[in-house]
Amino acid sequence: MTGLAPSRVEIQARLEEALAGRVPVAVATVVRGGQVGAKLLILPDETLGGLGDATLDAAVAGDAPDLLAHERSETRPYQMAGHDDPVEVFIETFPPPPTLLIFGAVHVAQPLTRFAKALGFDVVVSDARAKLATAERFPDADRIIQGWPDETLAEVPILPNTYVAILSHDPKFDEPALIGTLDTPAAYIGAIGSRSTNEDRRRRLADAGLAPEQIARMRAPIGLDIGAATPEEMAISILGEIIALRRGRSGGSLTEASGRIRGEPGIAAAIR
Amino acid sequence: MKELLPEVDAWRSAGNRVAIATVVKVEGSAPRPVGASMAVSSAGDLAGSVSGGCVETAVFEEAQDVLRTGQPKLLRYGITDEMAWDVGLACGGTIEVFVEPVTE
Repeated sequence: MTGLAPSRVEIQARLEEALAGRVPVAVATVVRGGQVGAKLLILPDETLGGLGDATLDAAVAGDAPDLLAHERSETRPYQMAGHDDPVEVFIETFPPPPTLLIFGAVHVAQPLTRFAKALGFDVVVSDARAKLATAERFPDADRIIQGWPDETLAEVPILPNTYVAILSHDPKFDEPALIGTLDTPAAYIGAIGSRSTNEDRRRRLADAGLAPEQIARMRAPIGLDIGAATPEEMAISILGEIIALRRGRSGGSLTEASGRIRGEPGIAAAIR
Repeated sequence: MKELLPEVDAWRSAGNRVAIATVVKVEGSAPRPVGASMAVSSAGDLAGSVSGGCVETAVFEEAQDVLRTGQPKLLRYGITDEMAWDVGLACGGTIEVFVEPVTE
């Protein structure tokens, strides 16, 4: 590293800036062999800092995008000229957080917003009813949109890490939200409602011209089968279903399961 | 580490030095995955976790040492034969924890 190398404070500041801007970013740190503690910040178009060797910097910067895509962080060994033992570099990735888009600023949406924030989601709440879609009712939401589903969908990009919960209990909100999201790359589209509501809903979506495989993407009734009865329990049931999908699991009890307890991060991204 | 930034910023604003401990490697079963982290301040504050309770106290002490010397450290914790008396993981795995000062 030269004397002009950016300080760790500067790297930390740029990292925080990237996180706030939802820019995918990785930080590599030498943890064994070589210049222990040296850091390299890897941004989409540039790097900052250095690991004490330009070849090592290039190799690590080349490995970061794949780790980011799989939402994985890991320590990797790099064999360096002049070192008997490999230099071990911890590459920590910070993929942009997933978004939970909630249609229907209803009671269930309140604990759902709170719990989803605790899980690291960016949460957007949408409802045309101005009395419901308020900052007082949703102090934790990143964004509240007072508007119809089509207006909301014109403003919020639906990406492969977008999760959609449709909770309004009213076909005039629910159906445009479903029709507007079922043909997007959204990771998850769940809709609240009784079994009979959902039979009617599936029929109406078919009448509206949606293909069977699009309709089959809809998780309805929304949530895991845990007997949820209160708004808070329903929020956990919905988030349980979302976590299981993200980690590639079915959502049953671990007592009845075998194999690894902890899911692989980013497995949903890997299967898509 | 991301989820600890509010605490880290608050402790630094209060004039304290901060170290971050991060799980950088896991072999076998471990309570928390790679990337799990814990922040420690020179005032004795602690946030987050690297093992769900098994080794936090030991890591806290090591972090105080890192804050004193300014030198990062790589720690390794595995299962111990004398679980009752020593620091280790009850679930049979081994973890490596890298501890580094946040400020210079």
